[in-house]
Amino acid sequence: MSPLLQVKNVTKKYGGLTANNAISFDVAENEILSVIGPNGAGKSTLFKMIASFTPTTSGEVIYQGERISNLKPHIVARKGVVRTFQETTIFKSMTVRESVVVAQHLRAKASLAGYFWGSKTAKEDVTAFEKYADELLEFLGMSEISNEQASNLPQGSLRALGIAIGLATDPKVLLLDEPFAGMNHDETMNMVNLVRSVRDERGVTVMLVEHDMPAVMNISDRIVVLNFGEKIAEGTPSEIQNNEKVIEAYLGSVDDEIGM
Amino acid sequence: MLGFTSKQLIGVGIFLFMIFIGVPLIIGATGRWDFYFTLTSVALLAIASAGVWLTFYIGRINIGQGAFALIGAYVSAILVVKAGWSFWISLPAAGLFAAIVAILIGLPILRLRGVYFAMITLVLTQVVTLTALALPITNGAKGISNIPLPSGISLFGIPILPDFAGMENTKLAFYYTACVIMILTYAALYRLVNSRLGHLCRSMQQNEELASSIGVNISYIRIVIFAISSFFGGLGGAMFGSIAQSVYPSSFQVADSVNFMLNCFLGGLGYVFGPMLGTLVLYFGWDLLFEFGKYQMLIYSTVLILIIRFLPNGLLSIRIGKGGDK
Ligand SMILES: Nc1ncnc2c1ncn2[C@@H]1O[C@H](COP(=O)(O)OP(=O)(O)O)[C@@H](O)[C@H]1O
Ligand SMILES: [Mg+2]
Repeated sequence: MSPLLQVKNVTKKYGGLTANNAISFDVAENEILSVIGPNGAGKSTLFKMIASFTPTTSGEVIYQGERISNLKPHIVARKGVVRTFQETTIFKSMTVRESVVVAQHLRAKASLAGYFWGSKTAKEDVTAFEKYADELLEFLGMSEISNEQASNLPQGSLRALGIAIGLATDPKVLLLDEPFAGMNHDETMNMVNLVRSVRDERGVTVMLVEHDMPAVMNISDRIVVLNFGEKIAEGTPSEIQNNEKVIEAYLGSVDDEIGM
Repeated sequence: MLGFTSKQLIGVGIFLFMIFIGVPLIIGATGRWDFYFTLTSVALLAIASAGVWLTFYIGRINIGQGAFALIGAYVSAILVVKAGWSFWISLPAAGLFAAIVAILIGLPILRLRGVYFAMITLVLTQVVTLTALALPITNGAKGISNIPLPSGISLFGIPILPDFAGMENTKLAFYYTACVIMILTYAALYRLVNSRLGHLCRSMQQNEELASSIGVNISYIRIVIFAISSFFGGLGGAMFGSIAQSVYPSSFQVADSVNFMLNCFLGGLGYVFGPMLGTLVLYFGWDLLFEFGKYQMLIYSTVLILIIRFLPNGLLSIRIGKGGDK
């Protein structure tokens, strides 16, 4: 089976700094693939290029046989490749439910003019959006906070909201940048289960960047390891855990530890 | 009805009654006919301010609405005087022309955010003034005067709009016209803000990156909004020219552009009807302070600063309170 998404020789240079150097790997449909590596390794940069938030210096990203790098982010999102942000990036003065409703706008059948005049299709759209928002929030265990203003939510719920917004667009591939950051063990385990059910029940292919090694080893089908912008390894969690280069890269860095 | 609560409907009803029946009765009783001109001006300025408010809604500070008002005034004047069009056709044409100019200007400048966008819009008014001085069609510094009053329109022999020239009370006619256009403007604004386009604007105002990650074509929506905003500016300007029966390069100046923006701040950026209230209060506020002579500006500015300091969400936040309706 041909891969769903291919990263081909992707390079990103910021002036003299090479944030990603000729990175290549494939992502299969319905897999959970993690990208790990020490801080500054170039993981977020890679995700930004896949979602076309920043252009590649060279190389390309192919999704379903089509190049998606160096386009506009909204076009890539419309094709089904959606990223969430490393920082908690949310719509501050919307409620959880409003955020999830607005994020479904790509599914709208009525035109903007139809919404203005309040056409029948537009009304049906709104009903459908609200219904799906409630379903999705229920699925994510966020029903109780659905009418909370986003700016009032605790850190853990903000991460979940970021994922909810991403999921509401009905993506084929969801790129999660550090979804477990700032969470305690229990919250992380909940989130791990949630991400897994997103894949299992919604058929979403998930790529994620994470530092929490036990969680990464637990959740991933495959792992790609970056160090100083280079891909140094790729394989299943057990292969990665026993990879010399990976152990070296992690032992060499102070603030990360590999959970073995 | 139309998604209004009954409380809102009563409010709208009282408002309509006041402007269409209450005001004429009061003016008739007090004999202050000059108030028609004042209130007509407020209505027209409120139309232009509505546009500025809309650009705020996508997170852009617009200090250039005077430019589009001036463009609208000239386009209408030229169409009526030189091309012999009916004013009523020239009015939407003026709005459309302003919108097209906004699209051309907006393409490069709408990428800018914050103070950078604001700075560029600040010079727009001056640019249009200088253009009007330079172009032959706008008659340079002499401007266009003696614009005829709006002529009547009839469809299949049925008069739809009366001939203003044949009226004894054009003040009242202009007042009604301005109010009707203002109400249509704010009704459109209200619908827009509460429709999907409005929700997309809100998402952009709060976080453009996240908005584009959920597939919002942010550059397209910015252009659409700026065009609508400038359409309102063009409409207001065109009406002004028709009432004054003249347009000059100085008919709208940078200070007017600043006032359009202040109207929005004062009324409240979170409320659709904020700019309308802001325009009314600012316009009358300035006049009321007239008797303070040379201290007029000082008092006026101090009060404005205090209001913005203590009511950052505008005057309407007093009544509606936190969260409020839209
Ligand atoms: N916009 C940018 N301009 C210049 N350098 C950048 C930019 N974004 C990232 N970098 C640099 O690229 C390298 C990789 O960054 P990043 O992809 O954020 O790493 P990671 O997510 O793996 O921690 C870092 O050295 C970082 O400083
Ligand atoms: Mg990162």
